Amino acid sequence: MSAKDFPVIVELSTPGRVGFSFPEPDVPERPIERLLPVDQIREAPPGLPEVSELDVVRHYTRLSHRNFSIDEGFYPLGSCTMKYNPKIHEETAALPGFRRLHPYAPAEEAQGALQLMWELERALAEVSGMDRVTFQPAAGAHGELTGMLMVRAYFAARGEKRTKVIVPDSAHGTNPATAAMVGYQVITVKSDSRGNMDVRALRQAMDESVAAIMLTNPNTLGLFEESIVELEEIVHGRGGQLYLDGANFNAMLGMTRPGDQGFDVMHMNLHKTFTTPHGGGGPGAGAVGIRSHLTPFLPVPVIEKEGDLFRLDDARPQSIGKIRAFYGNFGNLVRAYTYIRTMGADGLRQIAETAVLNANYMLARLRGRFDLPYDRVCKHEFVLAGTRQKKRTGVTTRDMAKRVLDYGFHAPTIYFPLIVEEAIMIEPTETESKRTMDEFVDAMLAIDRETQDNPDLVRSAPHTTPVKRLDEVRAARQPDLRWKTRP
Amino acid sequence: MTARQKSVDVAARAQHKYIPATDAEREEMLRVIGVPSVDALFADIPAAVRLNRPLRLPPALSDPEVVAHLRALAERNTHCDSAACFLGAGAYDHYVPSVVWALAGRGEFLTAYTPYQAELMQGELQAGYEYQSMLCELTGMDVANASMYDGASATAEAAVMAKDLTKRNEVIVSTAVHPEYRQVLRTYTGPLGITVAEVPHRLGVSDAEAIARAITDHTAAVIIQHPNFFGSLEEGKALADLAHRHGALLVCAIADPLSLGILKPPGAWGADIVAGEGQSLGNHVNFGGPYLGMMATRQEFVRRIPGRLVGATVDTEGRRGFVLTLQTREQHIRRERASSNICTNEALLTLAAAIYMAALGKQGLRKVAGLNLQKAAYAKEAISGLRGYRLAFDAPTFHEFVVRTPVAPEEINRRLRRHQIIGGAPLGRWYPDLKDGWLVCVTEQRTREEIDRLTSALEEIG
Amino acid sequence: MYPKDLRYSTEHEWAKVEQRRVRVGVTKFAADKLSDVVFVELPQVGAQVTYMEPFGVIESVKAVSDLYAPVSGRVVEVNTSLSEAPEVVNTDPYGRGWIILVEPKDLKELDKLMTAEQYLKAIGEDPE
Repeated sequence: MSAKDFPVIVELSTPGRVGFSFPEPDVPERPIERLLPVDQIREAPPGLPEVSELDVVRHYTRLSHRNFSIDEGFYPLGSCTMKYNPKIHEETAALPGFRRLHPYAPAEEAQGALQLMWELERALAEVSGMDRVTFQPAAGAHGELTGMLMVRAYFAARGEKRTKVIVPDSAHGTNPATAAMVGYQVITVKSDSRGNMDVRALRQAMDESVAAIMLTNPNTLGLFEESIVELEEIVHGRGGQLYLDGANFNAMLGMTRPGDQGFDVMHMNLHKTFTTPHGGGGPGAGAVGIRSHLTPFLPVPVIEKEGDLFRLDDARPQSIGKIRAFYGNFGNLVRAYTYIRTMGADGLRQIAETAVLNANYMLARLRGRFDLPYDRVCKHEFVLAGTRQKKRTGVTTRDMAKRVLDYGFHAPTIYFPLIVEEAIMIEPTETESKRTMDEFVDAMLAIDRETQDNPDLVRSAPHTTPVKRLDEVRAARQPDLRWKTRP
Repeated sequence: MTARQKSVDVAARAQHKYIPATDAEREEMLRVIGVPSVDALFADIPAAVRLNRPLRLPPALSDPEVVAHLRALAERNTHCDSAACFLGAGAYDHYVPSVVWALAGRGEFLTAYTPYQAELMQGELQAGYEYQSMLCELTGMDVANASMYDGASATAEAAVMAKDLTKRNEVIVSTAVHPEYRQVLRTYTGPLGITVAEVPHRLGVSDAEAIARAITDHTAAVIIQHPNFFGSLEEGKALADLAHRHGALLVCAIADPLSLGILKPPGAWGADIVAGEGQSLGNHVNFGGPYLGMMATRQEFVRRIPGRLVGATVDTEGRRGFVLTLQTREQHIRRERASSNICTNEALLTLAAAIYMAALGKQGLRKVAGLNLQKAAYAKEAISGLRGYRLAFDAPTFHEFVVRTPVAPEEINRRLRRHQIIGGAPLGRWYPDLKDGWLVCVTEQRTREEIDRLTSALEEIG
Repeated sequence: MYPKDLRYSTEHEWAKVEQRRVRVGVTKFAADKLSDVVFVELPQVGAQVTYMEPFGVIESVKAVSDLYAPVSGRVVEVNTSLSEAPEVVNTDPYGRGWIILVEPKDLKELDKLMTAEQYLKAIGEDPE
């Protein structure tokens, strides 16, 4: 590696340096060989770096400067709902009564935590039109797994053998992956020219061997499924279940509810709609809402209220079991709860209205210069295509996305959904101002001009990031997944 | 518009600090879009599914009010700062150095997205690479992923990985593995046609003879936990050899990786896949989550490990950089052929773990592990010396051990509250033959004074 | 670039008869679509393969695809050099980028495959 490389922490290691402070044992020390069998004792210490506290602080502070975040700038990432993460949530989540509470504290010693979860459940049930909500899933995909396991248990209890799950061709990759993990065969149904699921195609595909349809609504094109009423009738008509991937819930808050649309089960990404911070990839929190016919299958334990007391109910013989230890990503439940208590009913509705207004505004300003595969009023996000630019000078959507970085923004979502060639998906969310949106649109228009006047500049982007374009092929061919340095 | 809907629209709409659009800006945007009102943008939602009433939620609270409300809820919980915690069982009260969250809580890390645009996110990616490297050092394995959801689900995904690797569909799991890990294992494996055979522990450790009798040519993996749920050390090497003789893999679950500061790592005694819970590495108990699923394996299995992997590479100017790699195993490319469906993971907690491991370093891990071992040994000796109390098992332990109590453990815990002590985990709910079993945990956080206070309180109660 | 002495499948594999055995690889079209190949998952020598059923996997940075057997039979050789240099599938798809060598059950099965001309039409390119 070259001299201009940013060091990896082990390269700062100096033998003898320490970054910790622990007291000496205040109990009489026994020789280790008396406490542990000799062949169980570690022979050599792990090759961790030996660095001072300042080394640690400087290293990770510098790393933080090599990162882009919502706190710094705009993330127009379609399907991710990168809205502002309020600082007050960090305060409430860090309260010792929450952060320092052991999960096996007896219920009577954890009433505040159980009450929070119970109230959050009631609030999310109301917002989604569902009857019960579980917080056990650690993320959206984990929620999909939970929801589909419950669907599977539902049919098993009814003695019905159903082997297939239907997904639209625009589905997020976690949907078919989840269906396969639950043992289902995946059937893909195409979208029509308006971006809706093709009703006729669904009618043909749907029969008594299909357990469920997994839909996203608004779908991954950012469009509301106009035929949702018919889709629901077709699936329920043949005894199937409707699953909603709630990734796009931000567009629906207070305007329409999945339960009223006929969904039997859904997951909500609390790290999207309810603004728990993304943390560089996680932790998330996936809440799963269900209609009451699925209640017996909820993962255990379930929080119940008896009089004024909350308790954890494990005695549920038809439960699917557990998908993780303990109860859920509680730290993020505190954040989501704080958010809902802050926004209230009207605040949540304003979120949806403004998110949709913002997206349509950006679409109106961009549509003349970029191909628009589906010309409809969008919801909270929209999909353009970089096909015009590619035809013109061969500059790809990937190139343009890298060039966006030079303008100080994160790139939009690219190459998803798969049904749009050279897809560019943009979602502003309601927390961005008109000024920021205008700056981003201006940047996109400038890049479009660059693809004509100076295509090489775009093709070789990014130019202003800490590293230039990285060789992903080499990373996959010769995987280097850990340092080899001995400290 | 009905009268009711109208009143919702024109009711005083507070300008919210998280929603910057002013009335004037909304007007301007509507004009550019070319529609008369925001309602027009929702016209394609069928009337039958439109919500025509306000959501029934409690009234919105201002910041000071919401903090006061949350504080009141928090104060109704008995937590590890208000009492001495002798409770472990998969979640551990360890000291979290101040640097961990001072750094991990920075907005640049906290509010960042998954690093798909690698050039912009070298901070997150490099921290992931450092975490993967340090986890390999700790566990003695060749490759580690950049996180699963938690220890239990990581163990379940390890079983699925073993099935894919061996093309066999049975797994054996010792009942000395955490009961909730086993429950999650059953939930994950059921739909995939993987049979789980539970082999009862013997005297608090996995029963090698019983496992030898249970193992077949269809066994993909033998799953143990080390130290196990009872705190006892397992004979890992013997069990790994046994598994390998039958063409099966050895999966080692680890509930507290701090134990690896002093115990021989699984890579050194023959484990094929390590799955574990990283909460002890710089994270608080947080009422059970978010936690950190760890997974590590041998080099030959690298293309089958689920979850994200960070790899080193170079940029167009020869600089070292980091990217998410081998992504074709993941759901967003491989879809129904994915190794798993995991997308969002526990990235922030891998950062916290990396900072913790870097701050403690080579010497610190050994030191903190030693403190756990010594304090637990002291408590174990003292408690087993009390009349009416005896140790359930003879096996050597790290920082947890099981005591058989003269009074029901639940009752002991209730009485210990008066001494500001959170007592150990009563085992009767998971192990019917251990109704008087009480799992005590002593970490480096417990002072001699607290341990002595526990001992005298137990003497009083017994 | 689609050699006339090869036969082609609808899944973009090529088949070449070599003294009663059949060598198999992927076409230039497939290699270009995948872009940089990073890994090829090969079957074991001795494994049975079935016409138009998956026998392995080919991975690039951005995609993963099943490999489908253009003929039924037994695998007698696999191209182990692909583990060191998978990129040869992109640079030399019909030569050093071969994937498996099969002892076919019935050579007449190859009649079900397309000629170079038919394949070019199928992928929408003009025959020269």
